[in-house]
Amino acid sequence: MNGPHDMGGFTGFGPVNPEADEPLWHADWEPRAFALVLAMGMTGRWNIDEARHARERLPAMQYWRSSYYEMRHYALLLQLIETGLISALEEEQGHMSRAPLPVKRVAKAEMIPAILSAGGPANRARNLPQGFRPGDRVRARNITPEGHTRLPRYARGKVGEIVLVHGIHVFPDSNAMGQGENPQWLYTVRFTAEELWGRNTRDSVCIDLWEPYLEAC
Amino acid sequence: MPHDGHDHHEDEGSELSPIALRVRALESLLVEKGYVDPAALDVLIETYETKVGPRNGVRVVAKAWSDPDFADWLKRDATAAIASLGFQGRQGEHMVALFNSAAVHNMVVCTLCSCYPWPVLGLPPVWYKSMPYRSRAVIEPREVLREFGIEIAASKEVRVWDSTAEVRYLVIPERPEGSEGFSEEQLAELVTRDSMIGTGLARRPQ
Repeated sequence: MNGPHDMGGFTGFGPVNPEADEPLWHADWEPRAFALVLAMGMTGRWNIDEARHARERLPAMQYWRSSYYEMRHYALLLQLIETGLISALEEEQGHMSRAPLPVKRVAKAEMIPAILSAGGPANRARNLPQGFRPGDRVRARNITPEGHTRLPRYARGKVGEIVLVHGIHVFPDSNAMGQGENPQWLYTVRFTAEELWGRNTRDSVCIDLWEPYLEAC
Repeated sequence: MPHDGHDHHEDEGSELSPIALRVRALESLLVEKGYVDPAALDVLIETYETKVGPRNGVRVVAKAWSDPDFADWLKRDATAAIASLGFQGRQGEHMVALFNSAAVHNMVVCTLCSCYPWPVLGLPPVWYKSMPYRSRAVIEPREVLREFGIEIAASKEVRVWDSTAEVRYLVIPERPEGSEGFSEEQLAELVTRDSMIGTGLARRPQ
């Protein structure tokens, strides 16, 4: 989908304004909101791609106006309500009014270090021919998927060169949509600034792209 | 926060912003429903406040500068090389180290969300997740770098890495002049967080 999250190439958001000696949190609720997002992810009720897709489906103005942790909180609410883990009424009242649904796992405090240390590797063993090699010129397909995709709009239709091969990774376009992991070859493709933006500089952008996004050229 | 004066029995919650109240209410609901362990929330927060942060990445860079074998390992298999120092896991499952050179200055962004190598850099700063950085880093990286106070020579390529997959990038800045003969500990003093994102350079020795 061409959601509000696909930001590469906009120029209307002003200067970056890095904050000197920035604190980790800017309000007391932020660490709680952060931890709730992580802990609910650990229940296994949704995968990382579904979580990203929830953020993208927030109304555009809400997405752009919210602070980062507000945005994460709203996306978490969307997922909790869509999956039936909570109801909108429960959220409003802050109390349980219907029985909980089963979840695969409730992460206890003592489980957290091992869960974080293990992470969630995205590479998969699959017998799939590798379509491209380093040095190959490829075109990012000009596609507009209705669901989740990690092919940024600014790269679509552009020609680049394969520079890295990362192996076979879970394909977000499938995994976010309840269609399984459908692992695919993952590459880094380097595009020149001239190709992407018509700017005659030495600069370039490298983007991680799965094989279904690419065609030989 | 707007206050209507009618809620005479409020606790300290009335001083909280609407979002703070909503987060607190959601936490108590999720605990009540048994989906989260409140002690686990505390451990998660404490982990990223005290255990995981850019000092981890600083160790990786300082070792890469002082140990050519380690630098080679980082180039070949950054995930394993970094794990050998004890840094691994969530948001660092597939690491790639990007070595800055006389020809290339690397810089990392996530235009689509906020992907960032947590095990080596901790949680990203606000600006990294902000709309200005996410939108502009790919189209006008040199202007963005100027806002961080650095100017890259026109003869050098600025290579921006958009983290669209689960691969996470760590920039290895150029070792500054004047650091010859420095110990790993002395070198570590020269490495900044921003230099490992590519929005800064390593400090020059005083």
